Amino acid sequence: MASEHRRGGGHARPGSRGFEAWAWLFMRVSGVVLLFLAVFHLLWMHYVIGVDNLNFETVVSRWSNPLWRMYDFALLGFALVHGVNGLRMVLEDYLHRPGTLLAVKSVAYVLAFLLLSAGAWIIFTFHVPA
Amino acid sequence: MSDGAARERPTFTGPREWVTYRGGLGMLMWGLHRIAGLGILLFLTLHIVDIFLLGFGKDVFNSLIGIYSSPWAHVMDVFLVFGVLFHAINGLRIIVQDFAPRVMLAEHKLVVIELVVLFVIFVPAAWALLAPLFGG
Repeated sequence: MASEHRRGGGHARPGSRGFEAWAWLFMRVSGVVLLFLAVFHLLWMHYVIGVDNLNFETVVSRWSNPLWRMYDFALLGFALVHGVNGLRMVLEDYLHRPGTLLAVKSVAYVLAFLLLSAGAWIIFTFHVPA
Repeated sequence: MSDGAARERPTFTGPREWVTYRGGLGMLMWGLHRIAGLGILLFLTLHIVDIFLLGFGKDVFNSLIGIYSSPWAHVMDVFLVFGVLFHAINGLRIIVQDFAPRVMLAEHKLVVIELVVLFVIFVPAAWALLAPLFGG
């Protein structure tokens, strides 16, 4: 059960040391990580490269450097887990029937797992054409 | 339909509740934070799919990544940039308040500062995306 909302957003830290407390902490730690990873990615792609210049060659030149692959994998993992946990909190607030909640959460987790797998697979198996 | 008498069923009295449940700027920020978060998650899903298409070769990838340069994509992109910047700056405020509860007393002031910072960054960022549509 989600803890009481604060007026301006966020939750008081859950009192227990169980899953909700770790989830609370993860949202804040991953939030700070994403403040750098995601915002930098967004600004770089929009204002240095430009969305109109995105094509196969752009990605090839980025992913020829393994450090960019690591960066993109970290961004993928943090963003997806942060996002799915946020979705879980919203679902728990609005879906009150236990059966419905379980069904929707299950679909969300399966989709998230498939997306994470697909993203990780392409990041690490993509071969830069010679 | 027999879910007992114990369950709390909040009664909905009309759309006014959407802005007055707790009310004011605080609730507005809470709502925007959630909507922005869900919107970003939706875009992340699309973005993982489009990058996955790299595996189908250059022609498939290039033909589909081109949707991002259409005029409508530029307009949607403004929402994405706003959502990410808002969620980032508002999230930072929430973290500061969580770890330094004393600043909660100045929450309203923090929200105003946050909005000023947001618009100083967002307005030129949106301009850069929209200007090409008007020949800029």
